[in-house]
Amino acid sequence: MNELTADNLQLWRGEHHVLRGVCLAVSGGECLQVTGANGAGKTTLLRALCGLTPLEDGQVRWRGGDVALDRLAFHDELSYLGHDNALKADLTAAENLRYTAALCRRVGAVEIAAALERTGVAEAADQLLRQLSAGQRRRVALARVLLKRGALWVLDEPGSNLDAHGQALLRELVAQHLQDGGTAVIATHQGLDLPGTPARCLTLQ
Amino acid sequence: MSAPRVGFTRAAIALAARDLRLAVRRAGDTLQPLAFFLVVTTLFPLALDPQLSLLRDIAPAALWVGALLSSLLALDLLFREDAQDGALEQLALSGVPFQGLLLAKTAVHWLLTGLPLVLVAPLAVSTLGAPYGALPGILSALLLGTLALSLLGAIGAGLTMGLKRHGSLVALLVLPLAVPVLIFGARATALAIQGQPLAAPLYLLGAFAVLAATLAPWALAAAVRIGLE
Repeated sequence: MNELTADNLQLWRGEHHVLRGVCLAVSGGECLQVTGANGAGKTTLLRALCGLTPLEDGQVRWRGGDVALDRLAFHDELSYLGHDNALKADLTAAENLRYTAALCRRVGAVEIAAALERTGVAEAADQLLRQLSAGQRRRVALARVLLKRGALWVLDEPGSNLDAHGQALLRELVAQHLQDGGTAVIATHQGLDLPGTPARCLTLQ
Repeated sequence: MSAPRVGFTRAAIALAARDLRLAVRRAGDTLQPLAFFLVVTTLFPLALDPQLSLLRDIAPAALWVGALLSSLLALDLLFREDAQDGALEQLALSGVPFQGLLLAKTAVHWLLTGLPLVLVAPLAVSTLGAPYGALPGILSALLLGTLALSLLGAIGAGLTMGLKRHGSLVALLVLPLAVPVLIFGARATALAIQGQPLAAPLYLLGAFAVLAATLAPWALAAAVRIGLE
């Protein structure tokens, strides 16, 4: 269940061979941490796994099925958080979540408030996003990941701009997700210390 | 653990509601192309000899060149910001057909920039000295024409959304496709002003709008996906 595997992923960026036969396998309850120097291709790998960047060669499988065959079903179970928060500065935090969550499933105001509470930005619900700090915005984006309720989390530097409390919160959220049988692939610089789960690490050269 | 999915309609409505709310909060940006259209069309009578016959002769050209340039100006509002802040990525990964979402986005864009242009056109038409009897014909032509222009323009906007300086490039991409709209639109307007039957150019404009609405979603999705890579 909930297993993501990738075989021999190949990707070129112009003259630069970014993904050179990357293979990985993560099953439910596991978190794969993707590390590597700046420019090693962490973001590219994550985007390729999601299907945002087409691969030259190789295959990504979710629950044993090739994701290229049924992208919509795969995306339905995917919670992706990129470098950018994908939040609108002229909408409040609650409005942002309402519109993005409504793309995927029915979400009530109570659920949105609960998600904001969980990520520690309940007081920001009715503030315009432009009035929030970068860390608070990241927390709102994390609330969106929760609301989507994907079985697979693909997070790109989720801890950027978060303070020490935020980092602890992030570890908690990921640990909870894994406990529920979810799968996670996380690109990170520092490494995420997840107690109680085997540390899985993929280092890109 | 997966929750009940929403249908495409609900997703499209949510997206449309978001874009409408954002447009209201940024009314200044939204209204800029409209103001441009009004300024261009009302400057013609000031710059020309105040002869009614002369104004009526140039009215179709002034209206349609104004509408075309205004629609090009408006394209910047369509995908640029969503591409920069990652919102388009989230749309592409939402599990809802991407073509449909982009078509919904383009429809809202037309509602915010194309339809208002049709609504203020009577003002421009009257300053250009066209008879009021010509209004229904002119407005129908503009309605169909702006729809086609929004759809064609969206493809160009999708292709160039990732580029830093794209202003002239999007014009180069879109203008050749938009020329038929300009020709038939101006022709329909000229016939309406002369009080002659204008069914032929209107039908062609309509056919063009339908063709654009049918084929644009796929071209649009392909263009935006390339831009997202």
